[in-house]
Amino acid sequence: MRTAKEIVEYVAELSRIKLDEDETEKMIKELGEVIEYMDILQGLDTEGVEPMSHVFPITNVMREDEVTPSFEREDILRNAPERTDETLVVPKTIE
Amino acid sequence: MTWETVIGLEVHVELATKSKIFCGCSTEFGGAPNTHCCPVCAGMPGTLPVLNKKVLEYALVAGIALGCKINRYNKFDRKNYFYPDLPKAYQISQLYLPFARDGRVEYVTRSGQKKVARIREIHMEEDAGKLIHSPYGDVSYPDFNRCGVPLIEIVSEPDFRDSEEVLGYLMWLKSTFEYLGISDVRMEEGSMRADINLSVRPGGSDRFGVRTEMKNINSFKAIERAIIDESKRQIELLEAGGRVIQETRKWDDNKGRSFSMRTKENAQDYRYFPEPNIPPILISEELLRTLAERQPELAHEKRERYIREYGLSDYDAGLLTEKKALAELFERTADLCSDPKETANWMLGDMMYLMNRDSVTAEELNIDPAQFADFVIAVRNGIINRTVAKSVFEKIFASHDFNVAKYIEENNLRQIDDAGRIRRIASEVIAENPKTVAQYKSGKTKVFAFFIGQTMRRLQGKANPSLVNEIVTELLNHAD
Ligand SMILES: [Zn+2]
Repeated sequence: MRTAKEIVEYVAELSRIKLDEDETEKMIKELGEVIEYMDILQGLDTEGVEPMSHVFPITNVMREDEVTPSFEREDILRNAPERTDETLVVPKTIE
Repeated sequence: MTWETVIGLEVHVELATKSKIFCGCSTEFGGAPNTHCCPVCAGMPGTLPVLNKKVLEYALVAGIALGCKINRYNKFDRKNYFYPDLPKAYQISQLYLPFARDGRVEYVTRSGQKKVARIREIHMEEDAGKLIHSPYGDVSYPDFNRCGVPLIEIVSEPDFRDSEEVLGYLMWLKSTFEYLGISDVRMEEGSMRADINLSVRPGGSDRFGVRTEMKNINSFKAIERAIIDESKRQIELLEAGGRVIQETRKWDDNKGRSFSMRTKENAQDYRYFPEPNIPPILISEELLRTLAERQPELAHEKRERYIREYGLSDYDAGLLTEKKALAELFERTADLCSDPKETANWMLGDMMYLMNRDSVTAEELNIDPAQFADFVIAVRNGIINRTVAKSVFEKIFASHDFNVAKYIEENNLRQIDDAGRIRRIASEVIAENPKTVAQYKSGKTKVFAFFIGQTMRRLQGKANPSLVNEIVTELLNHAD
């Protein structure tokens, strides 16, 4: 069983988020409350109950295969902290 | 000790829809960076993806062709991972309920062996973007045009034992999807690519060894090289007393070897959960029936029919059916001239030679079936002989706009069947070459071809060859 601190650090790592000491403490508390709530749910008897994947009883919402205009590139890129005329700029990532 | 290689494949195939899987952006290849994007595919918060009907249809068509059981209740899931080519930080995929399961593909290897590959599952998902790495600094430039292009991923069981089997299976997939018209299957444009899971084990063992995965290899040649190299690496490692580590390796085709990617174990935690934005998809019996009925005759079915109906060899039938364009040309021409055998001979011989010489692909072929059929009839009826026919075929190959009958008349290419004329010319040749005649008489019969050649040449190569043969034989045997 992983400690709350380990879980927070692991999730932060997966999300590529850097947390300082205070933030980690805060997250341990907040995430801990969520996990505690999940534990309550875990205690319920769900024998024979289908897992629900959707809240609304709707199915087959689809669109026709039609091309609609894309956005202006400027609008796609404008909110980025760093960019060129054509693309965003991200730290070099080679798998 | 002998070793056995065990390979399973995950093949990604881009579906040839006009628009993306969850938005109306174009899927066209090669647009300027980030010009085929909208808030949905660029991963802006608060957007709502809506499934493209055609994606479901194409996916089902593939599932049916691969002999799968189709799940009637379909859902999508989120696969979470953080990488800059994926602006949402998750990929919409299918984990819990892939739309197709338990399929079966019967394919033929290059050396003509029939094999079976079992399909574990096929699921629908969206493609990611492309990262362009700066050669000058520590930055990359993401192009999101491919984000949201529809894919199916076909997961096979570990049923392959060498690269020949893998290539046979991939060729089967490629021609099947081409015939179905559901993908461009162009490996060089990334519309079909394979991940290779490979392990080795002692011959006769029924347990699997530790496997490695090589991702996104996109040419047949590279796949073959990667398989040979990775088998060798694992066997050498084990024979030296080492052990194989389960890992992802990157195949570098220029260097001809693979490299460990050393990704952290954490990176494999995809934290899948149901995609809340896309309601479940129910597939009706009626839709499945309609799609199954609409399925065209596929490459492997044509291949069997060509063998059965036209008496072609398995190999020849395979060559003619591998590409849809070739099979269409063959069938239309054979239909018009009622001579499939002769049509096949010209396609497999002169046409393939010319395609190879001029680097013409099947899709680029420009042969008019009607002219090709007239040509086959002219050859069969002896209007032109085979020597002349070769040069006429080259004209048909070069231009769609070519009239066989007119060309033969205008260039006076008709076969010479006039026995008197042939006899006159052959007599001249024999009279002018007494020494060669003497050799022939003394039993050196190889010089016979000389008389045929000379006679043919003086008749511009147009004479009926069997008539020339007959007359020259007769004249030589009666010469003094
Ligand atoms: Zn879009």
